[in-house]
Amino acid sequence: MHLTNTVLLELYSKMRQTREFEEMAVKLFAQGKVHGTAHFCIGEEAAGIGVGHALDQDDYILQTHRGHHQAIGKGINLNHMMAELLGKESGCCKGKGGSMHIADFSVGSLGANGIVGGGLPLSVGAALTQQYLGKNAVTVCFFGDGAANEGSFHESLNLASIWKLPVLFVCINNQYGMSTHISKSMNIDDISIRAASYNMKGLSLDGNDVVLVYKETLKAKEYVKKHGPMLMVLHTYRLLGHSKSDAQVYRAKEEVKSWRKKDPILLFRKYLLTEKKIPETVLKQLEDQAAQDILNALAFAESSPEPMAEKLFEDIFAD
Amino acid sequence: MREITYAEAIREAMSEEMRRDTGVLLLGEDIGTYGGAFGVSRGMIEEFGEKRIRETPISEAAIVGAAAGAAMTGLRPIVELMFSDFITLAMDQLVNQAAKNRYQFGGQGSVPMVVRAPSGSGKGAAAQHSQSIEAWCCHVPGLKVVVPSTPYDAKGLLKSSIRDNNPVVFFEQKLLYPVIGEVPEKEFSEDHLIPLGKADIKKEGADLSIITYGRMVHLSLAAAERLHSLGIKVEVVDLRTLVPLDSKTIIDSAKKTGKVLVVHEAVKTGGFGGELVSTIVDSEAFCSLTSPVKRLCGYDVPIPYNKNLEAYAVPTEESIYKTVLGMMQR
Ligand SMILES: Cc1ncc(C[n+]2csc(CCOP(=O)(O)OP(=O)(O)O)c2C)c(N)n1
Ligand SMILES: [Mg+2]
Repeated sequence: MHLTNTVLLELYSKMRQTREFEEMAVKLFAQGKVHGTAHFCIGEEAAGIGVGHALDQDDYILQTHRGHHQAIGKGINLNHMMAELLGKESGCCKGKGGSMHIADFSVGSLGANGIVGGGLPLSVGAALTQQYLGKNAVTVCFFGDGAANEGSFHESLNLASIWKLPVLFVCINNQYGMSTHISKSMNIDDISIRAASYNMKGLSLDGNDVVLVYKETLKAKEYVKKHGPMLMVLHTYRLLGHSKSDAQVYRAKEEVKSWRKKDPILLFRKYLLTEKKIPETVLKQLEDQAAQDILNALAFAESSPEPMAEKLFEDIFAD
Repeated sequence: MREITYAEAIREAMSEEMRRDTGVLLLGEDIGTYGGAFGVSRGMIEEFGEKRIRETPISEAAIVGAAAGAAMTGLRPIVELMFSDFITLAMDQLVNQAAKNRYQFGGQGSVPMVVRAPSGSGKGAAAQHSQSIEAWCCHVPGLKVVVPSTPYDAKGLLKSSIRDNNPVVFFEQKLLYPVIGEVPEKEFSEDHLIPLGKADIKKEGADLSIITYGRMVHLSLAAAERLHSLGIKVEVVDLRTLVPLDSKTIIDSAKKTGKVLVVHEAVKTGGFGGELVSTIVDSEAFCSLTSPVKRLCGYDVPIPYNKNLEAYAVPTEESIYKTVLGMMQR
């Protein structure tokens, strides 16, 4: 499968936007400009962007608490996402959700989830709608390695399998659930083998290789439309702590350092320069643009009003 | 009017709404050929087929979550839980997902789904199959909670619940399934909609108000009948829905009679009765009260297996009768 330079540069752009977004978010937290918490995906960009960018407008995604890259991959508006982080009225959830509940139904993002494994059953339902209405579309459910030990994971894979629903289960295996390494939370090395229990295809991939992730998602999309669900596990690493506050006493500095060398953005940049012969100036321009996009998003968010007190009572029930 | 059972009324409501709207479907365990644990969906698979009467594995979290996901994306699923007690297994999907979806995402979506939950004691099913846990659901903003008492109400309320754009938990008391009552003739069936949030005064009276719902409505009416012969005129207010709550009807009735007894089968502590009492004493009705507002509820015990013990655990016609008598003699 050949990818055009246009697609490659779109992927690079979105990865850079994600990185800029995350770095800005880290800074805003440090400055005390945002309250609450956020879970940063620095180091995991290839997974979220590679999958999300391979999807179509009609496809749905359900994101995780660590889902900024997943939302950007699917095409969320950066201004609205930044405004949401700042809790503003102009945020994609009108300031009611925050980082853990980023959603933009207009681009098929059905929402991030604060409950580990909480999105899995919902994804089965979204895919049921697609199948029921005969839509030529898929649902992607993102979840972490930690979530693969929730009952909802097993119930959802089983249900999706017996109903042959067009859902692609994407496990972003960053090797930790908070402080707990997968070696302590499961007695297998490769989560994708769990697919076999549900007579489902399982795939295990280098989640730091955005080109691979993108291509495999395109294939998986067609596969799940024809054959029903599939489990795709993307191996990656969380370069920052679990959330805003994490001293990371549970892992060695050397381990983090070794993964910094496998930073998916660095790897991809090198690939674009050396193998694709994209001029550095072109990349530099995209990098500057991504940084500018995030500055613009921040300006938009900061200039947006706080929600008025009466909004407290809005949207509890639909009419 | 025709007479049918409570279970038939529920089946008619589902079937009519499924004929009316192809987006309505039923999910649950053993709801196909078997007809559901209580036979409520019997025959529906023949009419609607496996695509719309969807039998599921025993996976309550996935069933309720899938219903929520389907509802978010355009369908109107009904879930039949085999027993309301199993809500515990689906609690995250109901409470953290379905109920909060609209709010936490700033009103982008809605979750039009109904969870039908057979509840209550009286069938010798013991502690894990006999609870009345409606108060748990009332404590979650974003959920509507319905507990119908008659076939007429069950049908009209379920049709409204299916058309409602929010998650509705619909408690069906198991002992009511065989109860027969009037429902509108077939030609008026389609429009038989009872709005959520409207209580029904099942019997008017001037001396004392019983505020209740579900099966206890029948016991209260029977007790009221006996009290009538003693010259005590009891008003029986059937709430029909707990969320939204028809506070006005409650307060008006309390103002009228000045004496209120709240009755429910669910255990007393943390039960919805506390909310009902507060609704009255928080209001202008307080000044009309001529005696303390009382609650008659299930005792704070798990439902036991032994028939006599089981019956003793929850209010009866006799205990309602005696409590009212006690209040009147004060
Ligand atoms: C049901 C539930 N249990 C625990 C938590 C607290 N928690 C939030 S994220 C997290 C770790 C999740 O690990 P994983 O699924 O691997 O995702 P990651 O954070 O690594 O992206 C935990 C324990 C939660 N939010 N929900
Ligand atoms: Mg993890």
